[in-house]
Amino acid sequence: MSNNLSAKERLAIDRVKMPEQDAVERSRNFLEVNLGLGEAMAVREAQRCLLCKPRPCVAGCPVGVSIPEFVGALAGGDLPEAARILQGDNALPAVCGRVCPQETQCEAQCVRGAKGQPVAIGYLERFVADWAMAHPERLAAPALPAATGKSVAVVGCGPAGLTAAGELARKGHAVTIFEALHDTGGVLRYGIPEFRLPKTIIDVEVARLVEMGVTIECNVIIGKTLTIAQLQEQFDAVFIGNGAGLPTMLGIPGENLKGVYAANEYLTRINLMGAGQTDSCATPILRGRKVAVIGAGNTAMDCVRTARRLGAERSMIVYRRGESEMPARVEEIHHAKEEGVEFVMLTSPLEILGDDKGWATALRCQKMALGEPDASGRRRPVPVEGEDFDLEVDVVINALGTRANPLLTATAPDLKLNRWGNIEADENGLTSLPGVFAGGDIIRGGATVILAMGDGKRAAAAIHSYISGGN
Amino acid sequence: MYEVLSNDTLAPNLHRMVVRAPRIAPARKAGQFVIVRCEAGDERIPLTIGDADPAAGTITLFIQAIGASTKKIVAVPPGGFLRDVAGPLGMATEIERWGRVACIGGGVGTAVLFPMARALAEEGNEVTTIIGGRAEPYIILADELAAFSKEVRVTTEDGSLGRKGFVTAELKEMLDDPERAPQAVFAVGPVPMMRAVAEMTRPYGVKTIVSLNPIMIDGTGMCGGCRVVVDGEARFACVDGPEFDGHAVDFASLTDRLTMYRDHEEQCRLAV
Repeated sequence: MSNNLSAKERLAIDRVKMPEQDAVERSRNFLEVNLGLGEAMAVREAQRCLLCKPRPCVAGCPVGVSIPEFVGALAGGDLPEAARILQGDNALPAVCGRVCPQETQCEAQCVRGAKGQPVAIGYLERFVADWAMAHPERLAAPALPAATGKSVAVVGCGPAGLTAAGELARKGHAVTIFEALHDTGGVLRYGIPEFRLPKTIIDVEVARLVEMGVTIECNVIIGKTLTIAQLQEQFDAVFIGNGAGLPTMLGIPGENLKGVYAANEYLTRINLMGAGQTDSCATPILRGRKVAVIGAGNTAMDCVRTARRLGAERSMIVYRRGESEMPARVEEIHHAKEEGVEFVMLTSPLEILGDDKGWATALRCQKMALGEPDASGRRRPVPVEGEDFDLEVDVVINALGTRANPLLTATAPDLKLNRWGNIEADENGLTSLPGVFAGGDIIRGGATVILAMGDGKRAAAAIHSYISGGN
Repeated sequence: MYEVLSNDTLAPNLHRMVVRAPRIAPARKAGQFVIVRCEAGDERIPLTIGDADPAAGTITLFIQAIGASTKKIVAVPPGGFLRDVAGPLGMATEIERWGRVACIGGGVGTAVLFPMARALAEEGNEVTTIIGGRAEPYIILADELAAFSKEVRVTTEDGSLGRKGFVTAELKEMLDDPERAPQAVFAVGPVPMMRAVAEMTRPYGVKTIVSLNPIMIDGTGMCGGCRVVVDGEARFACVDGPEFDGHAVDFASLTDRLTMYRDHEEQCRLAV
């Protein structure tokens, strides 16, 4: 395949459309929505890339993937080379190719986006990563350097921890990841539904790290089973990437009624424990006929689409601002709409009403209007007096976000925190404790997978120089 | 994998298991619990750590087999394995020198009470233990508790052992007797029992600690499923508890939330 196209020829190619499962069908199953590109489609899309010298797309990527290089290799049909470049920069490319907000990162910077559609970098990343998974025999085994004799403990097996572990293993350090839950992946596994990120993808990416020599110990809760001080004694450095798992409560009457979930509980039951996916699953879940999800971020979209798949007749997003203010990815909102999700906008919950048996029956709501912009830059929702109404529900899911979980930090009194309870770290992830680094949601509050990975990568570089410095 | 070293039946459907958990045994304190899964795909079940031997790297669990998942756990024989044991979780019991304390256990709650009562006795408190159950076979650990208690009082609903009636009858006598009145009360058992104990001590103004066991998923404060209302505020039993001031707990909402999956449990029971 030729990659020697003229700019004119490249410009003449239209952006590829991602094949996806039929909306009606997929709204009742947990199979992946996006079906992935075929090889011919992927190569043709890659040929849209102008391979421009300034590489603004790379600056838009929190982990700095060499985008023009891997896309260029793909455009020339050299898939093993594309995979080598991609995997060298990104520990979890098949994950990123699925869940990254490309439209606000790499693709937002793409030169082709100035006049038309940017190159579908996310789709190409996913294609190359999936191809690499399917063709391990075509890839050269990563050459690992000799063991350095240095050891690093990684707290949390989510995107930040996995990335840091991969980077450090590549440098020859002995890495042990401690995970509190019984399985790997952190938020990738318990938070993101199968229809957006199949569990097998996480399994394969994690297995690649294990092949590189990373040890993973599940069921170890740092702060309880072992303390940070113990890790400092036993390892040359520590990376904390334990996420921000503490639900923000609604703070309205009725939130302890039966049928009211925090998003983390709802998604954990279903994604981590398999509730609702088979009739024989031991972990229960309330399926709900009329489900209201409060919030409008990606987690809210995951909940509302999951509720639909569990059979809800009405599955609703209840949000106090308008559609254009929703923080969720455009693709997720679009997919949710196609699947029959209802968007109840400019609506703020006041109270959850229940029956005499303690079950939620209705969400009392206040109509809102948009006023002047607030500190977030978005127009502030203000109540419209006298305009309240009841929405009939049997399940309510609170997806208002998460805060820093104090379980670990409460047992590390010398670890400096900011006023939100997040760990304070410098630009390299170094905390107030010697040899202890941190990254991901525990330093920045609830954010994205890719930002956590960027933190993991930066901290790994700093840890490498920290533990190598003494030699 | 966590090896089961022994598995005894203490009372009908109540098992005592010693499990090898070398990281948990030295870290654990009285009042803490673990989350257990028998096999992949199983529910996560919170179980109190009754005892631990840090040198041997073992913990002792007391398990009441009532649902499909707990029945599966108690069916693991010595030499068999539990796939996941995570912990220790929750706050440790706040052990103070109160003076005289009443430790009240109902059913399997007696097993949860055991490490608390012992820690209180070791701190120098005079411990009176009251244990209750439906009938004689359900009265457990009486000898073990007697080893450090000033006295052990037993009540059974059918009168087959000790006083006929509820633990509250014994507690009432203690509260009314200036010679025996406790400075603090610790109660672990079914929700109606803990509620009755808290209501009884309230007018006397005696500090009353209860150990709650709401529906729980991760046990690390991440999901919010185990929330209980204490002093009008939502608290998480897994990280803020499991022990709370019994006079501040909203027992009505706790009782209610415990029935959330009754239909599902019924289906699982039928399927077993």
